[in-house]
Amino acid sequence: MNRTEKLNRIFGALTDPSRRAILARLERAAEGASVSDLAEPLAITLPAVMKHLDILDDAGLITRTKSGRVVTVKLSPASMRAAMAWLRRYERFWSASLDRLTIYAEAKEAAARKDGK
Amino acid sequence: MTSVTLVRHIRARPSIVFEALVTPEGVSRWWGPDAGPVLHAEMDARIGGRFRVRFRTMDGIEHESFGAFLELVPPERVKMSWRWTGGIEDPGESTLEIVLRAIAGGTELTLTHALLDNPESAKSHGEGWNGALDSLEDLFSPSLSHDTQPMRIE
Repeated sequence: MNRTEKLNRIFGALTDPSRRAILARLERAAEGASVSDLAEPLAITLPAVMKHLDILDDAGLITRTKSGRVVTVKLSPASMRAAMAWLRRYERFWSASLDRLTIYAEAKEAAARKDGK
Repeated sequence: MTSVTLVRHIRARPSIVFEALVTPEGVSRWWGPDAGPVLHAEMDARIGGRFRVRFRTMDGIEHESFGAFLELVPPERVKMSWRWTGGIEDPGESTLEIVLRAIAGGTELTLTHALLDNPESAKSHGEGWNGALDSLEDLFSPSLSHDTQPMRIE
């Protein structure tokens, strides 16, 4: 899987609110959480949770380890960092650029009005 | 789809905003992540025409992006292909789309910068993601863990 595909999987995984809720929960659980822990606050079925976990796993956002009958889910931060790096880079670039575009265009508008255009 | 979307309300009419987006004079006034200067701006604003913008950030480093106009509907919409010149910050080809909508008192601008979905097209343009992402991670990772910045994921 190349980098672009990897990023697309990560972002695809992040588009779903249930999956984001799972990640947020895991962020607070240093020791990880069981599948039923994760399912409990969500208004979705256990099989649905399992499906979400598969997608998060494919994107490299979580790891799952099995001990007896208990599956422990943990956050795997490297993938998230890659996605955040991409987002931050472009957010920062465009946010600052658009601030200046706004100032420039508003000054042009003011000048045009003054000229009666 | 891996993309960043920003929306702004600007107190200027769409035709003024559009001109600022597609002319070298306009672009050289705002392009770039900080107050560093635009050094060179080329904008051949017609379908298939090229653009190239070189700017220096406040840390003294020069950056350049280039691409071609894919769609151009004055004063409503412009779409460009986008590449960074130079290996370290080049994460493959992306597209930049800006849509302008007239609203009371001005313009609503919606900007979307998206990575191409097709990994093959990114690969065919050279080194693609090799190493670039690692460098970016190194660059940003110290401050990432407690990041609470709002973000939009489309």
